[in-house]
Amino acid sequence: MAETHSLQDMRQQAAVAAKVFIQRDYTNGTMCQFQTKFPSELETKIDKQQFEETIRTLNNLYAEAEKLGSQSFIEGCLACLTAYTVFLCMETHYEKVLKKIAKYIQEQNDKIYAPRGLLLTDPIERGLRVIEITIYEDRSFTR
Amino acid sequence: MSAVMITRKVRKWEKLPGKNTFCCDGRVMMARQKGIFYLTLFLIVGTCSLFFAFECPYLAVHLSPAIPVFAVLLFLFVMAMLLRTSFSDPGVLPRALPEEANFIEMEIEAANGNVPSGQRPPPRIRNVQINNQIVKLKYCYTCKIFRPPRASHCSICDNCVDRFDHHCPWVGNCVGKRNYRYFYLFTLTLSLLTIYIFAFDIVHVVMRSVDQGFLNTLKETPGTYPFRSEYILCVCAPCFKDIRNHEDKTSHYCCG
Repeated sequence: MAETHSLQDMRQQAAVAAKVFIQRDYTNGTMCQFQTKFPSELETKIDKQQFEETIRTLNNLYAEAEKLGSQSFIEGCLACLTAYTVFLCMETHYEKVLKKIAKYIQEQNDKIYAPRGLLLTDPIERGLRVIEITIYEDRSFTR
Repeated sequence: MSAVMITRKVRKWEKLPGKNTFCCDGRVMMARQKGIFYLTLFLIVGTCSLFFAFECPYLAVHLSPAIPVFAVLLFLFVMAMLLRTSFSDPGVLPRALPEEANFIEMEIEAANGNVPSGQRPPPRIRNVQINNQIVKLKYCYTCKIFRPPRASHCSICDNCVDRFDHHCPWVGNCVGKRNYRYFYLFTLTLSLLTIYIFAFDIVHVVMRSVDQGFLNTLKETPGTYPFRSEYILCVCAPCFKDIRNHEDKTSHYCCG
């Protein structure tokens, strides 16, 4: 019978070898973007293309969250007129996209990063300052 | 059979190292000293209740019932904004966990090189390019992070706050990125409310004086003195001064 190991099992069993911190990329202003430069510690662990794809998708999601379109304008006006009580019933556009980002990170961890002994931490947990990638010690999981 | 232990999950706000107080299961976040906040509440609620009790009946009958209705709506808006500003998270940046703090320390040591003993090490600064301008990010010794642009450390709450404007004692909380709009609306609508009450106080005194004479008016309506709305102005003025002072700091990045 094939054994499947969940993320929690791995975190409890494995020891942390190192942590890599992807810093914010401020070249285009103060919008939330992260550097796509591939860190040297991950060279043996994961494909460069996949890593850059993950970071690029995250950057696009954050850009979508902070986008000032007609929807966010209407949402803002409605909220102001109702003394922000409207947010007792609905979520802001930013919160909706943050949830999408959390789901995307979870999905990436399950599919790509956990099988390689890595773990992405949602940057919102670190105040949108860094993306923390935990490298776990290389132990064989298959028997 | 192994016994199952149900451990209560520790919430993030319970572990926050800053000097904040929390209520309602983490939904309310305030600074430790709340005395002046209670004073603000007392001033606003007190003056508005006097207005509703003494002037509104007369004005509703002799002028229009819309006047007290609009006053009530404005009062509710002001209270909603005040409570929202006071109770919400201003944008506190979580402190660096030990691994990140060590990583940053190593980075700083690598950048500074060997400092001969007896000499003060150079200040911890990270240069970052934002839209072709070099901005210096300062290191926070308490939170062990390089503060993002426009973030600052509040010594009263002992937290780094993103886009920190000031710590407002009237509101009992810091004013930062996440509650700036509520604070701004609070000061704006509070000014409107003050002007509104002041104006209708005067109208009320004038109208009564026309009927009964000025001295009789003062004798009959002790709560009428327009000057009590000056008490609310005491709250407005410092807050406006704070916003004005920070306009320079919070607008643009200056190099050098």
